[in-house]
Formats: sequence, structure tokens, C-alpha cells
Amino acid sequence: MDPLLSVRDLSIGFRNGAGGHWWPVRGFDLTVEAGETVALVGESGSGKSLTALALMGLLPRSARVEAAGIRFAGQELTGLPERAKRRLRGRDLAMIFQEPMTSLNPVLTIGRQIAEVLRLHQGLSAKAARAQAIELLDLVRIPEPQRRVDDHPHRLSGGMRQRAMIAMAVACRPKLLIADEPTTALDVTIQAQVLELLDRLRRELSLALLLITHDLGVVAQWADRVVVLYAGRKVEEADAGPLFSDPLHPYTRGLLAASPRMNAGRHYRDGPLDEIPGSIASAAGQAGCPFVPRCPAAVAACAEAMPPLLVPAARRAVACPVAVGLPLPGSPLNSPSAASPEFHP
Amino acid sequence: MPKTSSPALAAAPPLPATANPAAGTPAAAPRYGRRALRAFLRNPTAIAGLVLLALVMLGASLAPLFYPDDPLGMVGRPLLWPGRQWSHPLGTDSLGRDVAAGLMHGARISLLVGFAATCVGLSLGILVGAVAGYRGGWLDDALVRLIEIFQAVPSFILLVVLVAIAQPSVATIVGAIGIVTWPTIARLVRAEVRALRSKDFVVAARGMGYGHGRIILREILPNAMPPVIVTSSVMVASAILMEAALSFMGLGDPNTVSWGSMIGAGRELLRTAWYLTALPGLLIVVTVLALNLIGDGLNDALNPRLEKDS
Repeated sequence: MDPLLSVRDLSIGFRNGAGGHWWPVRGFDLTVEAGETVALVGESGSGKSLTALALMGLLPRSARVEAAGIRFAGQELTGLPERAKRRLRGRDLAMIFQEPMTSLNPVLTIGRQIAEVLRLHQGLSAKAARAQAIELLDLVRIPEPQRRVDDHPHRLSGGMRQRAMIAMAVACRPKLLIADEPTTALDVTIQAQVLELLDRLRRELSLALLLITHDLGVVAQWADRVVVLYAGRKVEEADAGPLFSDPLHPYTRGLLAASPRMNAGRHYRDGPLDEIPGSIASAAGQAGCPFVPRCPAAVAACAEAMPPLLVPAARRAVACPVAVGLPLPGSPLNSPSAASPEFHP
Repeated sequence: MPKTSSPALAAAPPLPATANPAAGTPAAAPRYGRRALRAFLRNPTAIAGLVLLALVMLGASLAPLFYPDDPLGMVGRPLLWPGRQWSHPLGTDSLGRDVAAGLMHGARISLLVGFAATCVGLSLGILVGAVAGYRGGWLDDALVRLIEIFQAVPSFILLVVLVAIAQPSVATIVGAIGIVTWPTIARLVRAEVRALRSKDFVVAARGMGYGHGRIILREILPNAMPPVIVTSSVMVASAILMEAALSFMGLGDPNTVSWGSMIGAGRELLRTAWYLTALPGLLIVVTVLALNLIGDGLNDALNPRLEKDS
């Protein structure tokens, strides 16, 4: 069976001043099977949100989206006219955003906003849509839905607003829900509730979840499969278990080492956490692997051409020949002393 | 999810509300509009403006009842001072026309022109402003140039020219005032729409598959309305002033009586029969003042920064 979503060779570019383009996302592949949770992980600026917006077709006109193919639910999305894409959005393909405080229209009641989606995509009457909206609020566990349906967003707390957003997004039973850092703006306790809710909805409504996050704890707990992005490139992809037990790419290793809860028995009070020296590279064109300036394993050949994605085991991919033990020519670039925390490029 | 945490989640409104839901009081979440209305009605100056405007409207609506005849008809001795004769409580003008009849019928014209011209200006301005602000690009540039051309011409001169070209009648005056005032609204709406266009909830609405028309009408314009509503109350006032000025200059509709034309007619008798200019002038002042007070009240009520959660 075809996967629900398959993206091949996606690049997203913006015009730079000199008449060319710079490409914050390059050569990105992704597949999402029906019903699974895929986490897209990376630090700020790695192109996670851009990828999500490109899949939704929500990037501004100034952005240039190139792909060899984006297939969703048996339909090719590249080159699809805007009208047809609009019909998909909100019905088969929905997205929730990071900021629940500003993602709801402040002048309309949440009931009206949920009902609007239903009326547009399912042609329900105002009355039927309202009844459905109340059911949806109940589904996302908003207490007293009959009363809350007439509330304006400013009467709801952040967690409840995110629930209302989720109710809107799943109103038409989408096949794929993209959640762009759905819990970053929320309290830790509410974060767990919202993620639990998303996971329950995934099972009950049999939707696939593309979870965009930089929180590795969230990934470890909820994701089936993980895609690690660095500077717009996919550097590693694996099932969640193997990724956390045996990270291959030097960047993934660095990320896990820098994360306190990944080192059992180690607390940040016990000593400084490991860190990855330097900061994320700019997307401006450079030939080799974008992680080279910060990579402890880099050799000269790494800086010459982007290494291809290698498949060291089933359901795994990593864009680093050094990590899978392939010999590369050239001497090490970053000696261990240079890669210590005192290192400043 | 744990049931116990729900009340904590629901605790957005402060203390009194958390005590209520258990008791099942219909502590009805007041709608945005209703809340603004309450804030408006608690404002004494706004109420004063509303009362004054209501009085003027009452006079206008009762005009056919008190003075069913043509207010331009001669009914008595000319230049009768107010209070001299019970049948003409506010006296008569130099042609023996009843001043009270003129004032009441004139109120109809002033209010009609004020509100109708504002409607014309609002429709044009919102249309152009929303399209320019939402679409952006070359269309935005072109429309902004058009707005600037209109704003570069002194508006009253343009108004006089427009009315002089068309035959002066209530309809042409309404149209001309609308044409003169739309650029202000268009500028305002364009700025609001541009700011709202990239807001998260508009992006989210696009993510829901809404079309452009739906996004403009349901998502953007309702959020852009507060400043437009405030401005439009002041626009009614300025439209009334423009109509009065046109009539004063003799460019009003010759078949109707209006406050401006009464002032114009009484101008030559300013020293001997000053009441002929003072009375309609007073009414213009009262009406414009009332509309401005209402505008201030609306501004306070609709301004989100001053908004208190009820």
C-alpha cells in the first residue's frame, strides 16, 4: 500500500538580494504511514516549520517550493490548482500551530469557529454544525462544552485554546494532522495533557500525526519514528527506540548527550551538560555537510559534498559515512581540543 | 486525563467566576459586542451624546406630525421674533416661513445626508482598503496612489466641484460627500488589514481551507472594525458639516430646507434678527458634538488596550 504522505526531494527557497535563492530546506524526503506518529526534530532555524507550511501550501508567494513529488492520500499535490488544495486543507490535511493565544480569531466564539470548518467542508446547517462543535469540544475534553461553545477565545486558558484549536483541526476527521510545536507555549503539566489528547485522537480517529518539536522528551514518549533535521537537511531517520538507544549521526549524538533526561542517573546539578560547540550554520550555500563546523568527527571530505543518505539497517537512514564506519579521505577537521566548549568559531 | 485538573484549566476568569460554575449560574460569557456595549453605556459622556442625538432624531421624525405642510411655505408675518406668537414658537424668517418647521425638517436632511454619505464612504473605503491591504503587490500600489490623489486635493473644493457638475440634489450631495470621504476609511482599513493579514489566526484559517472572500469577511474585517466604527461616527458629523457648508453657499438641494441654507438665508439679517442664524447654528453644534461624544465613547469601549475583563 502507498504511504499516506510521501515527499520526495523537497526544497524551499527564498530570493536573496543577488537575484538567486537561498535554500533553508534542501533535498528533503519524508514518508508518513497512515496512523503513525512521526516526529520532525531539529533546533530553531533547521527548517521544521517551513517544511510543515510547505506541505500545507501556506508559505507566502515569495517562497519557492520545489519537489520531485508530494503524494498525499493517493493524490499528487505538486501542481495541483489552489482550489483543489484548499478543499484538502482542513478536511484531509489539518494543522495546529504553536501559539494557541493568537491562532484563534478573537472576535468569534470558539463554537462559531469550529462550526465554520464543518459548514465549509461538510455543508452542515448552522444548527447541525453547532451540535457537532459541542461534541468536538467534548471530544477534546473541554469541560462544560455546552457553555464553552459560546465563549470567546479570551475567556479560555492557553491549554483550553489549544484544545479548541485541535477540535477545529480534527473537525473533519483529517487523515494527517500536522502539529507544529503544539505544546511549546504551554505549561509542562498541560503539555502532557495536550500530547495525550493528540495521541488519543490519533488512535480514535485513525489519523497520522506529524509532530514538529525540539523537545526530545516528547519525541521519546510519543513518536513512532523520528526524522532529525539539521540546517534544512535530513541527517538521520529511525524508529524512536533505535534512535535513542543507538544514535548514529554526530549531531543526533550531540543532541542526546546535551539532554539531561537521556543520561540515566545524571542531573544537571551533577556537572555541566555536554553541549554542541558553535551554533547552527546559516543556510547560505555551502557545498558539504552543514554540520561540519561543529562536528567532532568531520574529515576534509565532509566539507566538499553533502554525504548521501546511507541505510545502515532496515528502517534507518543517516547522512554521515563516518558514523557508519565508511572510511573517508582527509585528516580530521575539528580536533578534540578545538571542539571543547571553549571553542568559538 | 485527570478530572481534577479541569477546574484549574477553567480558571481563566478570576475568582468570582470560579465560584460560580458549580452553582450552575448562567454566568453567560458576555459576547465581545455586548461587553463593549456595556462599557459604552457606562460612560456618561457617551450617554450625553446619545441623548442629544436622540433628541435631534426625535425632532426630525416628528417633523411631519407638527408641520405637515411644506416648511418652505409662507405662513405668517415675516421676521417674527421667537416667543411672540404661539403658533410660531421660534418665530419666522424674512419671507415669513416658520423657523421651527425649518429646523425640524432640516434635521431630517442633515441626518439623512450625514448617515447616507457615511454609508457610501464606508462601503467604498472598506472595499478599496480591504482589497488593497489583503492583495498587496501592484494592485495595492495602484490603489494607494489613487487614495493619495484624492487626499492631495482639498476635500471641500473637490466637493464643491462635484456638486456643481452634477445637479445639486440630496442624492448627488450624498454621493459627492461619500466620494470625498472614502479615502480616509480606505487608508484605515488597508492598514488594519495589512496588519491582520499575517496574524496567526488568519494563517490558521487558510490552513482550514478557507477561501479569500471568507477570510476577508469573516476573519479579517470583524477584527478591523473597531477603529472604523469610531471613525464613522465622526464621519457622520463631518458629513453634516459639509452638507451645511454646501447649503450655506447655495449649493444645496433648492427644494429642501436645511440648517445650512437657513443660516445662509439669515446671514444678511445677522444684526437685526440674529436668531435666524443662531438657532440652526446651535442645532449643528449640538448634533456634531453629540456624534463626537459618541465617537469618543465608542473609542473607549472598543479599544482593546483599555478593555477590562468583566
